[in-house]
This record gives sequence, C-alpha cells and structure tokens, in this order.
Amino acid sequence: MDIAPPRAPAAGVFSPARLPSLEFTSRLWARTRQAMPRLLWSCLSLALFAGIWEGCWALGWSDPKLLPPPHVFLGNIVEQAKFFNTVSRWQVGVGQDAGPSPPMAVLYTILATTGRVVAGLVIAATLAISTGVLIRYFALFERLTLPVVTLLAPVSPIAWLPIAIFLFGIGNRPAIFMVVIALLFHMVLATINQIENVNRNLINVARTMGASKRQTYLRVIIPAILPQLFVVLRFNLFGAWMVVLVAEATGVGYGLGQVIMLGRNTFNPSLVFFTIVLIGVLGFTFDWAMRLLQRKLLYWVPQGAESLRGL
Amino acid sequence: MASERFAPVSSKSAIACRGLGKMWGAGTPRAQEALRDIDLEIAAGEFVVLLGPSGCGKSTLLYLIAGLEAASSGRIWFFSDLVEGPSPERSLIFQETSLFPWLNVWQNVSFGLSIRGIGLTERKEAARQALQRVGLAEAIDKRPDELSGGMRQRVAVARALAMRPKALLMDEPFAALDVQTRAKMQDFLCDVWRDSGASVLFVTHHIDEAVALADRVVVFTARPGRIKSVLPIDLPRPRDLFSPEAERLRLQLTRLLQDEVDRAFAEQEALAAS
Repeated sequence: MDIAPPRAPAAGVFSPARLPSLEFTSRLWARTRQAMPRLLWSCLSLALFAGIWEGCWALGWSDPKLLPPPHVFLGNIVEQAKFFNTVSRWQVGVGQDAGPSPPMAVLYTILATTGRVVAGLVIAATLAISTGVLIRYFALFERLTLPVVTLLAPVSPIAWLPIAIFLFGIGNRPAIFMVVIALLFHMVLATINQIENVNRNLINVARTMGASKRQTYLRVIIPAILPQLFVVLRFNLFGAWMVVLVAEATGVGYGLGQVIMLGRNTFNPSLVFFTIVLIGVLGFTFDWAMRLLQRKLLYWVPQGAESLRGL
Repeated sequence: MASERFAPVSSKSAIACRGLGKMWGAGTPRAQEALRDIDLEIAAGEFVVLLGPSGCGKSTLLYLIAGLEAASSGRIWFFSDLVEGPSPERSLIFQETSLFPWLNVWQNVSFGLSIRGIGLTERKEAARQALQRVGLAEAIDKRPDELSGGMRQRVAVARALAMRPKALLMDEPFAALDVQTRAKMQDFLCDVWRDSGASVLFVTHHIDEAVALADRVVVFTARPGRIKSVLPIDLPRPRDLFSPEAERLRLQLTRLLQDEVDRAFAEQEALAAS
C-alpha cells in the first residue's frame, strides 16, 4: 500500500498497471468481453422468440385478446401495476385506493414471494441436512425414520396444499410450509446418498489421525457433502418457485401467484404474461445469486460446467 | 492363546504379523480370500517394500496394519501393543490425493493436531516445520488444488510426519505421477525416511521402485496373497540404479514376479469366462 503522496511518473514511463483503478477497469472490460458472445446469443434467442410472437400477431394469426404480444403486455407497465395490491381488500373498511402506490405494490409482491422461497429453502436445507446426518449417525434413528421419508418422497407437494391450509390457515406460513415440503424429503435422501459417496480416503485419514465419530462427521463428512447438496438445492429451486405460486394462488392474501389467479379470474391474459415475465426474470436472478453464493461459500469446488444451460 | 505362533515378539521389531489372514465378505457366497498366513517382521527404521501382482492383497495388508480393517485371523503387534484400531503412530498414505480440499495446506498438515485440540499458533508452527521437512515451506497458505500431484503427495507426507509416526504405511503413493516426478519423489522419500527414523512399509508393483527404495523386498503370490520370498537389497545408498548389481536384482525380482503375474492373469481370464 503506497500511502505517500503520488510522485509524478518519469516522463514516458506510463503504464496502466501503476494505476489500480485503471487496472480494475481493464480487468472488468476483459471479463465483459469474455461474456459478450453468450450475452449476445441470449438476447438473440429472446428476440427470436418475441419476434415470432409479434409476427403472428401482425399477420393476424393469433388473437390479441387471448395471446397479447410482448409489446402489449410489457407496453403499459403502469396499467398492469395497478392490479398488484398488497392490501387485504376483502376486509371491511378498506377502500379501492388504500395501500401502497402501484409500483411499490409490485415491489412488495415480488419481495413477499421471494421471501417465502428463501425462508422455505433455508428451513428445508437445514432440516434436511440435519435429518440426513442423524439418519446416518444413529442406526436406530435410521430404522425409525428412513422408511417414512422414502414413502413420502414421491408424493407431489401439491397434495400437501390442503394440509398446509388446515394447519396454517392463510398467510406466509402455508406458503413457506409448501416450499419446505417440496424440498425436504428429496434433500434428506440426497444427503444420505452423498454421505455414502464421500471419498473413503478422507474418512480413513481422519480415523488414522484419531478423530472420533463425531469429529469425523463434523470436520470431514459434512464439508465433503456440502458442494453436491448445494447443487441439489439449486436444481430444486425451480420446484420451489412452482410450489410457492400454487400456494399463493390458493392460500395467501397476496403474492405473484395471487396476481396470476386474479388474471385468470378477470380474464386478463396481459396481466398473466406480465407476471410470467416477472417470475422468469426473478427465477433467473435467483439462480445467479445462488451460483455467486456457491462460489463464495464453497470456494474449493472447481468452477465450470455447472452454469445454467443456455445462459 | 499359548501356542508357539502367538508368542510375544522380540522387542526389536516395529511391526510383527503372525498368521495373518483376511477374508472379504466372509460368510457370503461372494467371499474372497485376500491374504493367507502372513508372517512378517519389520524392524524399527527399516524400509520394506511389498511387491506383487495387482489385486494380490498387499494393500489389504497395509490397511490391516493401519488398523482400518480387522483381520480375519492372526494378529499384528506394533512395538509391544496389539493393533486393534487406527493410530497416528501408523500413518497411511494413499495412492490418490487424500488432502481435504476445503482446507489450505497448513490446515491440512495440522489436521491431526487440531483433532487433539492443540492451539492455533502451535499448530501452525508444527505445520510450518513439517512442510519445511518436505521442502514445501513456501506453499503453506496455498490450497490443494493449486498444487501439482507430486506436491500434494508431499503435503500428505508432511501431514503424516506432523503426527511424529513410528511407521509410514504407503499404498502405491507415486502411482499416479509421471516417471520424472516419480524418480524425484523416490529421492525425496529416502531423505524423509532417513531424517524421521520411522519404519516404512511401501506397496508397489514396480520392480524399479522396489530396487530404488527397499532394505528388503517382500514378494507376494497372486490371490490369495502369501509371502513368496523375501529379498534383501544391500546396495549402498544413495543408490546407483544402473550398476550391474542393481540390474541383477531387477532380473531376480522380475523372475520371482513373472509366475505370479501369469497366474493372476489366468485367474482373471477364467473369472471373465465363467
């Protein structure tokens, strides 16, 4: 760190490497250039899809009342935003104009849904890893719980929806419960599977060094299974997004699922498509954030062929 | 057991195996006998190479001595104690990388010390010393994936040395390395062995490696593994591997091994045909 006042560089000795800010910019530029072709292809792919849709509309092949093209449902964001409302309007004494302004309501809705997904993921991952580890650690616990987990794993999370509402009524809790249920059993089985696949040499090293069973689990097995479990979590992310929408459509006062339902009930395909775009962008951002988190938390895992296909 | 066989061994030997046998999957239809009737003594500070065809059970013997697997018959003594489980005094070094990828080099080296609950400063100092002994002092803060295969095996040796073992058990540790690195690692291992004073039990199927390293070579038969013969290598160290004497020993070992390799092949072919 050079804290001394900057001296004037000798004439003719100017190198960008001497200026940290310039170096950073050039690195950023290099990375952008690297990502450019992929970004271009992504844009082209989207443009092609939207173009075909717009073409069908222009030629009169598709009914704009049923399949409004992108420029219609994205053209008037302010109009669409009006349908997003986070106020419980069915309650007595709540007027038409109560609640936050439409743009804020869109933001609240997005945050509410995202929050439910995040809460569900965190709870499910914590529960699943601890259950999986306990199952492998205590033989008795395995005999008592594993058959139940195996039986419940193939049940569609949608079947749990009535239970969620019976148990938790209406609000955040049934939606979070649904996300947890959708992930839990698969992740327990994945945890057990991963524990079985831990490199025996690593376990043998720990045993030779005098590690107890507890130490072997805490210091070797759990760190060793985390990378694969994170991948399982990311693959189940899309499932979590699907389930949260279903839960919101039926059991929660507001959220993106509720807006979709509103679009259906009021025959407003524009609103549905607008919400679909929101969900798509959100899901993609979420996966990107998870990848970033993975790189930070699981720094020892080689980066590579695990990015979302196509993007 | 008062029989002659199980009499206590002389205090001179570091490792003593008596009537050792191992049956994998005993009691099942797929039971396979890996080892039979192994009687072997290794002196303190001795370098012994176990040589044999692939699948002859020499790695199994190493796992039994390490205490990671239980023998089906016979006993193992380590100095004056019966081997009943793993111990840091008998460190096993594997063929593949066995470093913890989530720990950096010094944390890997001091893993055993942290298991014992030794404090951070002391641990790092011990790791630094152990890494210096394997010539990797500058790699102390690196991560395993930043090292070459040879360097990783040196870190694994440093990790074993940090526990001050009395015996190093090595299971084809250089098999995954290229020929040049392998030769370097053999020199390195000779230095480490001389400095540490530990006994080394080294498994390989390379005759050159046996001649380069061993005080004694123990030649195994094909499965089930039995000791076919024991050949002392009394070439002076550092060794000239191109001397006529070394050439003669290589030839002798090749002949000893040839029959067993043929038998192992015939057995595998019969197995594939059935």
